[in-house]
Amino acid sequence: MKKLLTGNEAIARGAYEAGVHFASAYPGTPSTEILENIGTYKEIIAEWAPNEKVALETVIGASIAGGRALAAMKHVGVNVAADPLFTFAYTGVNGGAVLISADEPGMHSSQNEQDNRNYAKFAKIPMLEPSTSQEAKDMVIAAFELSERFDTIVMIRLTTRVCHSKSMVSLNERKKVTPKVYEKDFNKYVAVPAIGRQLRHKVEERLTKLKAYTNDSDLNYSVNNSKQEGVIVSGMAYQFAREALGDTVDYLKLGFTHPLPKDTIDTFCQSHDKVYIIEENDPYIEEFAKQLGHHVVGKDIFPYSGELTPDVIRRAVLSENIENLEVNKDKIVNRPPTFCSGCPHRGFFYELGKKRRKIIVAGDIGCYSLAVGQPYDMMDWLICMGAAYSTGHGAQTITDLKPDDDRRLVSVMGDSTFFHTGINSLLNTVYNGGKTINIILDNRITGMTGQQDNPGSGYKLQGETAQIGDIEAICKALGIKHVRKINPNDLKEVKATINWALELDEMSVIITNWPCVLKKRYKEEDFETYKDMWQTQDMVMQDTCTGCKACLRSGCPSLVFDKEKGKMSIDRTTCVGCDVCLQICPYDAIVKAGDAA
Amino acid sequence: MTRSIKLVGVGGQGTILAAKVLCDALINAGYDVKMSEIHGMSQRGGSVSSEIRFGDEVYSPVIEKGKADVLIAFELMEAERALDYLSKDGLLIVNNHKINSMVTLNGKVPYPEGIVEDLKSKVNTVVVNASDEAIALGNAKVMNIMMLGALVNADDLHTLDIEQSIENTVKEKFISLNKQAFQKGKEL
Ligand SMILES: Cc1ncc(C[n+]2csc(CCOP(=O)(O)OP(=O)(O)O)c2C)c(N)n1
Repeated sequence: MKKLLTGNEAIARGAYEAGVHFASAYPGTPSTEILENIGTYKEIIAEWAPNEKVALETVIGASIAGGRALAAMKHVGVNVAADPLFTFAYTGVNGGAVLISADEPGMHSSQNEQDNRNYAKFAKIPMLEPSTSQEAKDMVIAAFELSERFDTIVMIRLTTRVCHSKSMVSLNERKKVTPKVYEKDFNKYVAVPAIGRQLRHKVEERLTKLKAYTNDSDLNYSVNNSKQEGVIVSGMAYQFAREALGDTVDYLKLGFTHPLPKDTIDTFCQSHDKVYIIEENDPYIEEFAKQLGHHVVGKDIFPYSGELTPDVIRRAVLSENIENLEVNKDKIVNRPPTFCSGCPHRGFFYELGKKRRKIIVAGDIGCYSLAVGQPYDMMDWLICMGAAYSTGHGAQTITDLKPDDDRRLVSVMGDSTFFHTGINSLLNTVYNGGKTINIILDNRITGMTGQQDNPGSGYKLQGETAQIGDIEAICKALGIKHVRKINPNDLKEVKATINWALELDEMSVIITNWPCVLKKRYKEEDFETYKDMWQTQDMVMQDTCTGCKACLRSGCPSLVFDKEKGKMSIDRTTCVGCDVCLQICPYDAIVKAGDAA
Repeated sequence: MTRSIKLVGVGGQGTILAAKVLCDALINAGYDVKMSEIHGMSQRGGSVSSEIRFGDEVYSPVIEKGKADVLIAFELMEAERALDYLSKDGLLIVNNHKINSMVTLNGKVPYPEGIVEDLKSKVNTVVVNASDEAIALGNAKVMNIMMLGALVNADDLHTLDIEQSIENTVKEKFISLNKQAFQKGKEL
């Protein structure tokens, strides 16, 4: 049977068909749907881990114990998981192990653009690169065979367009794989220096074997149109190149891209007058070909950043420019992303904004990153997940050296980011006697990436209930003396708590606790904790409203200004009655409209 | 030959479902199909788009600027925003409906006037009142499927069995309403 699948769905299907026993991930665009889809197969144990390092480590354990296991993450996630990756590359596997890295040329929703093909070379592990959903599925199956045959974890490198575009895939049955026997093997799995030194040679021997294998792999193949010009290409860039250049060139399509096939590339370059290397991001194949002494055309004409969509390739190779219809800029206005109506981050940032001149805000990555924009202007920097507390501590240390600067550092991050790597950073501040104000915006879910469960949400990936991680208790256990947990929709409480923290000369933690409006699953006890959650609406009394627009400082998309009447109103289809605007209105013109129904 | 259809709208308007139904019909008609969406942040109310390419053998899943044969816009401003994707002799089918953005709602800037005239002056444009008609049918949500009716009517795609694909794709209890919407769309 054939089905139209995204690359991510195809990876999941590949895992199912390859007989995978265990899979783990931490969400991150464009990789998130891989584990969400694997989770729909009951035959596989699928888990969210609190971060990518933990995800890969559980996969390593599952592999050593004899199971087939897969970890998936976005490109920057591999940075977090790099430590276990590099040593697992030494020990090798028992059951097959596969790492999926989903890269983002063009940075559609990422903080940077990094080419993780470099990781395969760096860690000395084999790598496959699919260009369609069918290849994505087939390569997962091939990767497990390779993993067990060559005793190594295998990396599959995807890019956004492979992950999120759909193409036809033929489906097969699941292969029955029984977990292998595990026997203690000190010389293989215990990477102490003496053994590491032996394993180091094993890695090199393996690489030599793989270098021979990649030349014969049918994942590397050429498309012969009997032309003098040729293109060497991998991943989605292959589809883009064929679209742009059609049958006017020959192609060497590489699917097995670490180690690269030396003989195949030699032959292709020698039999063509001119060879283009078309690859997104780094000149990974290009540098290899140049090292072999071939005169190839690559980054001298193709951009080093962004996607190499067909138009980009046409422009570079054919100097072709397509004239398009012109967009009349006067006829469009932006649709900027905002906090949703009822978002629990709103009330907190509204109040924090009033302290702008007294504070420096160390930011982090999540929906609350939107507070960087208007009307909040509440973020001084954003580096990577978990960095708010640690960058805040470092910055406070230096700020305190300046006699004329008494600003306090306020570090903000969400619950998922806290569980990811925030806990370590917070512990550092406790240990070193820092005095930052540390916020945990606990909306009980991993919001930004589409409401995935996490250690504080009460549910696991495949739907079973889970222990709710108690953030307040964790903070206290770390040794933090000043911890308060508040309702972010209660502005008086928010204001008082921020003032309390600013007056302390020691570190503090404020946990703002209210669920994301889009959270999908609740436990009975949640309904008791969050009274009347989303059950009401607010409305503007037209007689009382003066049209002063003070409520707009909440940044809520449900607020509508009627120019003719000069008054505000609230959109009934989106308001969920969080009451933030109601508390802001200086004329008490906003009131509860009773039950939503 | 590969053909390209781009669907644009605002989050929550059902572009994804419409694209799904259309893809299903194209596959059943024997085409090779590729489709592409960019998943950004999960916030509601932002611009969204789906791109569909079909033919004997499709390579790129994305549509380049100036290369869409048909642009189906579920909202006026979104039609203008995506206009540079449409080929000069392409077809624009636009739902005559405005959805405010946060900045127009809160009175900072007005929703632009005269979009329909601007579009018509540049390209072959079919304007349909799908949102109004959908409300008349009893459910504003079926506007998306109504737009598919307008598509098969305006383009040479009447051989597609969209009704069958509605059955394959849409939730049981909404099938008949969506079929009605599709039929209505063909008349617009
Ligand atoms: C290392 C790494 N992994 C994953 C991501 C993707 N990512 C960005 S924000 C985010 C989740 C943030 O969740 P939370 O902190 O709970 O904040 P919320 O969005 O719910 O407000 C994730 C997973 C990333 N940027 N970096």
